[in-house]
Amino acid sequence: MTEYLAEVAADAYPRIVAALIRVTGDWTLAEDCAQEALALAVRRWPREGRPANPGGWLMTVARNRAIDALRRASVERRKLEELATLAPTAQEGPETLGEESVDDRLRLIFTCCHPALALEARVALTLRTVCGVPTADIARAFLVTEETMTRRLTRAKKRIAEAGIPYRVPGGAALAERLPGVLAVLYLLFTQGYNADGRPAFAREAIRLARLLRLLMPGQAEVSALLALFLLQDSRRDARRDAEGGLLPLDRQDRSRWDRSAIAEGLDLLAGIEQDGPYGLQARIAACHATAPSPSDTDWPRIARCYDELARIRSTPVVELNRAVAHGYAHGPAAGLALLAGARAGGALDGHPLALAAEADLTARNGDRARAAALFRRAAAAAHSEPERRALLDRADENSRQEPDRP
Amino acid sequence: MKYMMFVCTDAEPDTDREEWPDIEAWVAENDARGRRLRGAELAAETAATTVRVRGGELILSDGPFAETKEVIVGFDLLECADLDEAIEVARAHPMARAGRLELRPFADSEQ
Repeated sequence: MTEYLAEVAADAYPRIVAALIRVTGDWTLAEDCAQEALALAVRRWPREGRPANPGGWLMTVARNRAIDALRRASVERRKLEELATLAPTAQEGPETLGEESVDDRLRLIFTCCHPALALEARVALTLRTVCGVPTADIARAFLVTEETMTRRLTRAKKRIAEAGIPYRVPGGAALAERLPGVLAVLYLLFTQGYNADGRPAFAREAIRLARLLRLLMPGQAEVSALLALFLLQDSRRDARRDAEGGLLPLDRQDRSRWDRSAIAEGLDLLAGIEQDGPYGLQARIAACHATAPSPSDTDWPRIARCYDELARIRSTPVVELNRAVAHGYAHGPAAGLALLAGARAGGALDGHPLALAAEADLTARNGDRARAAALFRRAAAAAHSEPERRALLDRADENSRQEPDRP
Repeated sequence: MKYMMFVCTDAEPDTDREEWPDIEAWVAENDARGRRLRGAELAAETAATTVRVRGGELILSDGPFAETKEVIVGFDLLECADLDEAIEVARAHPMARAGRLELRPFADSEQ
């Protein structure tokens, strides 16, 4: 029953919160009423059986709670009447969405992800309001106390009201400008924190939101691309850790443990995209890895081309670093080292452990073992985690052994 | 909603010199659409006088109350549906490129 309820809630919760916010304008009231409806379902459904229309049942309970609360606060009649008409919307599936009608949930997502809110506030608000994640869980992922997170969420909701952030999906040119910001929030959600199983804490929520966004905004290539990227990266979730809990790099993972159905879905999504944006390119890179039977059978020239294109449209120090690594595999370590030198010229990668490790690896493969050993030691000193540090020291030892270079 | 838009200078103006908007056209358009209620350019900050009363005593100082490189050089009072509309109005102002703009909603939107 709990699993069934969780499934129903995942779909119903954002619909209810979004609809109640639209009518009442009160974010906290909307969340409280949706939570109360879920709590009542937990108590009633096991005893009385599942209702025929669980989503509609939850919406009706939440709506009635909202009406009670607003009556107590003697809110004007118009709002109460509008509330009373809410229940049927919970029964509408996405397939009944007309061209003009904008789903409440889409409105909610765009408001939570409004660029006038700080990025961290956007992520936290989306988790809380759209996904219904408990505040305590969000606080844990952000490494703050629950009280701090509660304050942060309250401040964000207050800011929406005070600053006049609209509850609306932008139209026309503004949509193209705002969508990348929404996708950035989803991406941050996907990468936020890691659980003990090596899975990002909110990967499931991010995937669910990307699916929802794709349903609500069909034809937006970057939305499909982001979902594909999530699925392809998440397909490796069970293979990312060794028995001791250490993170395994791609080339040491047991590829038979990759989730084939997630990979197939990701590839299928990519096949439907004609013009690649930044997420499309990242998804294609992930797809190259996902479809390679072994590390040595990876299509590095293709990955290198994707990074070239990504660097052209959205150059960041990390993209330039990965581009150098890809060229190192595709066209030899000397080519990689040359690109890496260019990427480091600005100083943005100074002391970056991955940049040091990449330089060490390229240098080792280029035949300069003594220099590589020293570089691996420097990379180990800069490493963020113990397993990473150990792996780098192993490579340093390998390269300082007095054995002749392999041909 | 009413927004007070403070027009400020900025130490790092836009380096892209192409197609800067024209202030006359900006005023004309937003006045015509009822989004700009009024506005004015202010005299240089050297003309500013800061006033405080502490323990019954009047304390005056010359210059603006905050000693920063960025100074308020003007204001526009906007009437917009929401923040998105106010941002659209602000981004088309030449000082969005040459300086920076601060959108401050009124605490009581009925005023």
